[in-house]
Amino acid sequence: MKDMAPDTGVLLSVRGLSKFYGPRIGCKDVSFDLYPGEVMGIVGESGSGKSTLLNCLAGHLPTDHGEVLFSGRDGGLRDTLQMSEPERRMLGRTDWAFVHQHARDGLRMNVSAGGNVGERQMAVGARHYGAIRDSAIDWLGRVEIAEDRIDDRPTAFSGGMQQRLQIARNLITGPRLVFMDEPTGGLDVSVQARLLDLLRGLVREMGLSAVIVTHDLAVVRLLADRLMVMKDGHVVETGLTDQVLDDPQHGYTQLLVSSVLQV
Amino acid sequence: MIELRNVSKEFVLHNQDSAVIPVMQGAELQVHPGECVALTGNSGAGKSTLMRMVYGNYLADDGAIVVDGVDLVQAEPRAILSLRRQSLGYVSQFLRVVPRVPTLEVVAEPLLRLRVERDAAIARAEELLMLLNLPQRLWSLSPITFSGGEQQRVNIARGFAHSYPALLLDEPTASLDPLNRAVVLSLIEAAKARGAAILGIFHDAEARAQVCDRSIDVSQFTPRAA
Ligand SMILES: Nc1ncnc2c1ncn2[C@@H]1O[C@H](COP(=O)(O)OP(=O)(O)OP(=O)(O)O)[C@@H](O)[C@H]1O
Ligand SMILES: Nc1ncnc2c1ncn2[C@@H]1O[C@H](COP(=O)(O)OP(=O)(O)OP(=O)(O)O)[C@@H](O)[C@H]1O
Ligand SMILES: [Mg+2]
Ligand SMILES: [Mg+2]
Repeated sequence: MKDMAPDTGVLLSVRGLSKFYGPRIGCKDVSFDLYPGEVMGIVGESGSGKSTLLNCLAGHLPTDHGEVLFSGRDGGLRDTLQMSEPERRMLGRTDWAFVHQHARDGLRMNVSAGGNVGERQMAVGARHYGAIRDSAIDWLGRVEIAEDRIDDRPTAFSGGMQQRLQIARNLITGPRLVFMDEPTGGLDVSVQARLLDLLRGLVREMGLSAVIVTHDLAVVRLLADRLMVMKDGHVVETGLTDQVLDDPQHGYTQLLVSSVLQV
Repeated sequence: MIELRNVSKEFVLHNQDSAVIPVMQGAELQVHPGECVALTGNSGAGKSTLMRMVYGNYLADDGAIVVDGVDLVQAEPRAILSLRRQSLGYVSQFLRVVPRVPTLEVVAEPLLRLRVERDAAIARAEELLMLLNLPQRLWSLSPITFSGGEQQRVNIARGFAHSYPALLLDEPTASLDPLNRAVVLSLIEAAKARGAAILGIFHDAEARAQVCDRSIDVSQFTPRAA
């Protein structure tokens, strides 16, 4: 049996990325390649530079050094850090998606649930109202939000529902790469489990690639193919997720893994 | 299909005075298609360690571990992932699953990942669960709350869903009743018959004698204390 995954070239290639906050290191000299369909986890203690790195990758923070090469639909690699602002914004609405830790940072809180997902489609050129609404209903269903909640505002939703709505808003336009910062942080364990299951299914069905920042080793064990461990802004270890967790090579990773009960 | 050449491994415990634990040196073995080879040796000899290295779950320090043409010691994570998807199956001692995912999905997942048609994948999962006598009322539930023996059968069904050319089995008959133990042994026989190369750990000597063509004592690779 042949593996049918569209295994072509690299999707995202990060080279020597560094970001400083004045004299302080945000993240330093980070390099990695991500291929289509791969999910990479980034773990590390609070303040290790995970969010800084993710925001630099997504173009939300200015970067001091390095390249973030992305393979466009035409197949060519382009340094997204050199793109014009409108170009990068377009990328952020089409091929890229960003799921924030706090759903309110990724949602329009004063717009209905249907509006939140519909707005994204219009941003990429959808115009037909009926089609937009149908696909909004379809996506709310996929993230398990009942159709009769479509006109409610996110403020009327629980934290877990808001997070699922944020995911629907991000994925409805069929991105190829999703950045997520602590997507299950601050949620109850049972709600987290549901969200994990949902994300895994979507990643598989849509063949998405993702970079997921979390401090939760159980989450990366279940979601990420590959793992990157950060400490003080530096990448101290990378590898297959299960290998890094079961046979950590770096002292810091060993400490991290042995500090949790069981993952 | 599976070949180890001069493999060595030590653990360095950085947070425990950088203690160095050498566990393997000069490990050599070959498993050919259609063959089942048992790893033997006392507890702590390194059976699981060797098997985990073959899966790429533990890193080897030296040597070559070649499965279906891929050297896991040198390979990029991406190549190992692809090898695991297509060619290298592993039935570990314990099942690890995403909460809330129904048993049928858990078992069908290796096939779905290979883009096998959903109906065909589910049908194969049902066939295996039936064979392993897992009550049908459990199929739609997550295996997280199952008994040890039930979880182990789910794990085995998942490991046998796809016809991997190379298969690693860590105690596949542990915690099973005689009936299901026999089913597992027949699954192993069938996998051999279709040409799979199998590496197994069996504390159950009778099971080992029944399905394994030969044994390799891992303690011969245990480094002598300096
Ligand atoms: N805007 C900023 N100005 C100055 N320093 C900052 C700024 N943002 C982050 N830092 C510092 O950069 C370092 C990395 O922060 P970052 O937010 O990336 O960590 P993190 O790994 O995401 O942590 P957490 O797990 O707590 O979210 C920290 O020392 C932090 O104090
Ligand atoms: N992740 C690890 N970190 C440190 N040491 C380890 C690790 N995994 C295994 N070891 C050590 O390697 C040695 C071999 O262990 P292994 O689990 O391979 O033995 P085994 O032959 O499978 O034993 P058993 O029959 O009890 O399962 C032991 O000394 C063990 O403590
Ligand atoms: Mg952060
Ligand atoms: Mg063992």
